[in-house]
Amino acid sequence: MKSLKIIVLAKQVPDTRNVGKDAMKADGTVNRAALEAIFNPEDLNALEQALRIKDMVPGSEVHLLTMGPGRAAEVIREGLYRGADGGVLLTDRKFAGSDTLATSYAISTAIGKMKYDVVVAGRQAIDGDTAQVGPQVAEKLQIPQVTYVEEIEKIDAKSMVIRRRLDNGFEVVKAPFPVLLTVHSSAPDCRPRIAKNVMKYKHARTLTELQDATEDYTRLFQDRPYLKIREMGVHEIEANVEALGLSGSPTKVKKIENVVFKAKEAKVINSDEKEIEELIVELIENHTIG
Amino acid sequence: MENFYTDNKDLKFHLNHPLMEKIVALKENNYEESKEFDFAPIDFEDAIDSYDKILEIVGEISGEVIEPNAESVDKEGPQLINNEVKYAKGTQENHDVLTKAGLIGMSLPRKYGGLNFSIVPYVMAAEIVSRADAGFANIWGLQDCAETIHEFASEEIKQEFLPRFNNGATAAMVLTEPDAGSDLQAVQLKGQISANYDPEKDLYYLNGVKRFITNGDADISLVLARSEEGTSDGRGLSLFVYDRKDAAVKIRRIENKLGIKGSPTCEMVFTNAPAKLVGDRKLGLIKYVMALMNSARLGIGAQSVGLAEAAYREALKYANERQQFGKTIIRFPAVYEMLTSMKVRTQAIRTLLYETARYVDIYKNYQFTSETRQLEKEERQEMKRYQRLADMFTPLLKLVSSEYCNQIAYDSLQIHGGAGFMKDFPIERIYRDARITSIYEGTSQLQVVAAIRGVTAGGFLNRIREFEEVMVAPELEYLKKYLVNMTAEYEKVSKWVLEQDDTEFLDFHARRLVEMAGNIVMGYLLLHDSSKNDEFETSAEVFIKRGKSENAQKADYITSSETKDLGVFRYV
Repeated sequence: MKSLKIIVLAKQVPDTRNVGKDAMKADGTVNRAALEAIFNPEDLNALEQALRIKDMVPGSEVHLLTMGPGRAAEVIREGLYRGADGGVLLTDRKFAGSDTLATSYAISTAIGKMKYDVVVAGRQAIDGDTAQVGPQVAEKLQIPQVTYVEEIEKIDAKSMVIRRRLDNGFEVVKAPFPVLLTVHSSAPDCRPRIAKNVMKYKHARTLTELQDATEDYTRLFQDRPYLKIREMGVHEIEANVEALGLSGSPTKVKKIENVVFKAKEAKVINSDEKEIEELIVELIENHTIG
Repeated sequence: MENFYTDNKDLKFHLNHPLMEKIVALKENNYEESKEFDFAPIDFEDAIDSYDKILEIVGEISGEVIEPNAESVDKEGPQLINNEVKYAKGTQENHDVLTKAGLIGMSLPRKYGGLNFSIVPYVMAAEIVSRADAGFANIWGLQDCAETIHEFASEEIKQEFLPRFNNGATAAMVLTEPDAGSDLQAVQLKGQISANYDPEKDLYYLNGVKRFITNGDADISLVLARSEEGTSDGRGLSLFVYDRKDAAVKIRRIENKLGIKGSPTCEMVFTNAPAKLVGDRKLGLIKYVMALMNSARLGIGAQSVGLAEAAYREALKYANERQQFGKTIIRFPAVYEMLTSMKVRTQAIRTLLYETARYVDIYKNYQFTSETRQLEKEERQEMKRYQRLADMFTPLLKLVSSEYCNQIAYDSLQIHGGAGFMKDFPIERIYRDARITSIYEGTSQLQVVAAIRGVTAGGFLNRIREFEEVMVAPELEYLKKYLVNMTAEYEKVSKWVLEQDDTEFLDFHARRLVEMAGNIVMGYLLLHDSSKNDEFETSAEVFIKRGKSENAQKADYITSSETKDLGVFRYV
């Protein structure tokens, strides 16, 4: 069977899972400086699925594609540590301020410049929680998409059989190549960083990072071409600049509110059989007990 | 994300010890391998950075996978199915994720699939895994067997067995028999060349029973057996390597233990099990097992420090949450004194652990270097010097770290009060797991037998004198004075015991003397740590002040005793 080219869409996001008081700035935007930049969790589930496809179809290659500022190259390195073969950092000032429409335009244009059979993305990123970029990319590439993926059951020369998560169960679907998958957090966790890969790829850098680097490992790059992380900008993907960044983003944020959860009022029940039974039923129904 | 490496900055402190530059230089031999292997370091900073990054993976897996699995592994334990061992679900998951991460065979050379790690970062990984689950740490730590094969076996055996470790092969060190525990000279298992000996295969056949074997059903077993018919002592024993693929061993039972329940302890029946000789005949016990034992004892040191760290953290967390009499219990002197003392003792055994690991690192590196080139005279002297230090410090480490970790687990459970006695908190498991550390790989009593030579031959005193030469910050001078006085006291008392010229009297006080030396040694190590990083200052102060009165008490007890007093204790 012919090997597959797999692209994983990954995003570097602020870690919003354990936010402190300084998580938001006074103007209501995310205070990125206070939050650690991490590999978006569901994108790690996506990377695992991609690596499993590679395990199932020997000879296949997994490449990451991430859009973001220079420091997002860390996402590519993280992917290399876990078994990916390469990655591209899509970076340009002109991408700044992109909403999901402009982002999916930029990403789909970049993918158009790469070879691929399968594109795998996380369902959504924990900063915006929109779950829109994956599906929009598929639409722009005009390829089928399968969302809420949990497992890839079978792969043959032309298609793959995929199990996807539903509200109350799952369904199994078949999709032809090329296809885009968005992976749900209920899919298996990503495999660990591989010790030898970490030591091999820890010096991987984009050209921009190399120019700013203080440590002197530049001589390594002559002998070890795999340490160069490719960067693409507006020019390389030949995108229409108008469709990027703020000008390409119809989404306008009208207002941001800080929602503070407050404890609800206590509910008083009488200690008779009937009310206790009602309480038990209620607690079982909302899964507090049982 | 829990990370048991990055959340404990003491580890990085020890990883950055000045001697590491020498250790890494020896280990990496001018960084030659960076030409051949794309993951080999190109200089010292690169190597230390790699250690740091790999320990971060160990820390993450320990915090995110192994520790969360520990409770179910303890409850479920391994099972015996058709004379084979099946790990608990969590144990298998732990092993699989560590294999995927390439963290088995860490210290093996790269040509055998290893990471070529020095002993110090390898021991650090063992400490971290032990903090997560001490029982599982045994299964992971038996990769030590790879080191023994690497050190003593023929190239052919190395080629056959070593690359399997990095692919997840498990190992066992098969020594103990029903009648041969501490006294391994009594080993009976026969390892004989069969009547139809085939020189091509060069196989021996093992027959007999082994007992209390950790991870007994492992892929690769190192087995101590009697190869010389008609002998009855250690000189008739050889070391063999047995491959599970040959299916000639039955697991008869798995012991039901107090602690480390996830780690299977097996009774193994060998029936004409084909095995290959490791190294030379007759050197099994007297050379190879002694070496294996030393690295296993260093491993128990790491396990003890990991357990102590876990116990301390559980207590600290509980004491900060639990409210009584209108305040958190950590605010009561009786509780905070215990907590501080736990922390201080944990740091004391940790600094002793890495000091010992550095000694082992240096002499072993010289040993391996000597296989490829002739050592210079100074190098040979240094190798011998560090080997002596390692031999002296290893039993001291095993003794004090295992005893402290038991005390710390005891105190931690005490801080939990009645809740700690229930199965609801991890401390009850940690408490049970800690108990074995002062028993296996040589009981505390046997460690004293090994360590007392450092007292009688003056090795500890010499090393303490060297410690005394090291400059300390002026504000710490008063602590050094305490140590100098403690040393004088120790010298006087140990001399006095020797002057009584009675071996039984010496044996009677041996543990007290070794512990006195230990208090001074750990006191100096903490003092030197404080000179480099003031975070250790409180620990040095508390430890040295406590050690001073402990030693005074021991000195008083010893010098008030007479040889005839032993009669009171005899034959109770």
